[in-house]
Amino acid sequence: MDSFWSTLAGAIGLVFSFDPDLMEIIGLSLRVTLTAVVLACLIGLPLGAAVGTFRFPGRTLIAVILNALMGLPPVVVGLLVYLMLSASGPLGPLRLLYTPTAMIIAQMVLVTPIVAALTRQVIEDLDREYSEQFASMGVGPVNRLFAMLWDARYSLLTVALAGFGRAVAEVGAVIIVGGNINHVTRVMTTTIALETSKGNLQLALALGVILLAIALAVNAAVMALRASAVRAAYA
Amino acid sequence: MRDAIYDTGSCPSTSPHLQPREALLEVRDLNFSAGGTDLLTGVDLIVRRGARTLIMGPNGSGKSLLMRLMHGLLRPDSGALLWKGQPLSPAARHAQAMVFQRPVLLRRSVLANLKFALSVRGLRGSERAEKTRAALADAGLEHLASRPARVLSGGEQQRLSLVRALACDPELLFLDEPTSNLDPASTAAIENLVLQANARGVTIVLITHDAGQAKRLGQDVVFLQDGQVAEIGSVDRVLNAPESEPVRAWRDGRIYLGSNTPNMNNQTGRSL
Repeated sequence: MDSFWSTLAGAIGLVFSFDPDLMEIIGLSLRVTLTAVVLACLIGLPLGAAVGTFRFPGRTLIAVILNALMGLPPVVVGLLVYLMLSASGPLGPLRLLYTPTAMIIAQMVLVTPIVAALTRQVIEDLDREYSEQFASMGVGPVNRLFAMLWDARYSLLTVALAGFGRAVAEVGAVIIVGGNINHVTRVMTTTIALETSKGNLQLALALGVILLAIALAVNAAVMALRASAVRAAYA
Repeated sequence: MRDAIYDTGSCPSTSPHLQPREALLEVRDLNFSAGGTDLLTGVDLIVRRGARTLIMGPNGSGKSLLMRLMHGLLRPDSGALLWKGQPLSPAARHAQAMVFQRPVLLRRSVLANLKFALSVRGLRGSERAEKTRAALADAGLEHLASRPARVLSGGEQQRLSLVRALACDPELLFLDEPTSNLDPASTAAIENLVLQANARGVTIVLITHDAGQAKRLGQDVVFLQDGQVAEIGSVDRVLNAPESEPVRAWRDGRIYLGSNTPNMNNQTGRSL
């Protein structure tokens, strides 16, 4: 028990030492995750909204596929992206393997279905409320899509948050396509895995504390924003 | 008579509108069914340009369904809808607007709700700003312009919904029981806005259960029973001297559930 508390104390000391290597790892983690989530939202929000709003053949099939893809195993995604980016793969000439870009791609593949599937649900519920009014007003399809996305903005923040949660905690896929190379592709989760296996529990725990703090802070911020929106009846 | 408190006597402008006028919207032999049940059968009616037409009838008689068909929100199984003599097209629907029983307002401010509706009609810049300002003034909502629309009271929300529809300058305005959830003051405000719009030339089609409101607002009335037109004519004539059993039963407060349930008919209903 003593060793746990001394490890924790050492980890907290490490957090507040603002060690440059630690900061680099945190910075890369946030950059990769945020970029992946933003890209996933750019694809997933309109895709989910379109499936939730428009009636077309195969719509239910797409909804089922999106829901199924929410549970994609990260190592399988890592493997597929690895095969695409490896020297003999179709995207091999881009030489992206073992770069932060490869990690962004892997995380984006994981997060996009989550964003799209949850967006579809949110927009479908809103569409039930708005559809007759919009039809009466003669709102065109594009206008309708963006009006729905805008009016569901606070619910969709929670959707983006779910994507962020998945991406920031991800280890299986990014370690396959990133390789956990020091100063290049080492992020918080892969470092925790590595340092734990090396027995350097202080650093692993310090990163764990930071990861938890980031998750808590982001969740708290979104919850606060949503609560104020609910009070104003915007959500 | 029902709702005698609000019954302020016949509408002063009723009688001049009984002369034949040009048909704005014609419904011919309209049929609609769902799940194997006929919900509307052989409905014929004419909405005269500039008139205030009521659709009345008991719950489930097909009033809201008929209004949605007339507005083009649903397609009939058979029959014709003629807008100024031509088949009703999506373009013709731009000349119509509808206010629903429960106002559907965007999760935005009062101002943004009006701006959105006007943008859909292609209005921008100063023209849109001017119309928005006028609509807010008509609804008496200037002081609430920046408030979220969904925190307004029920009466304010319905007023906003009504002026939003009117801001788009419709030739024909459909109202589906717009005051069924409102108090007398809010009801009066809505009725005044409807009468003002009608005085400017907007044709009105209104669903109501309220006999007082029917007398205040109506000129023509179509009474539905079991998806069929039971009676059609001027409000004064139909409500004061009904020729059909469903309207007589409705006026007298008797239960009338149609020919399928004869043992239920003619029981005394709620005392009026």
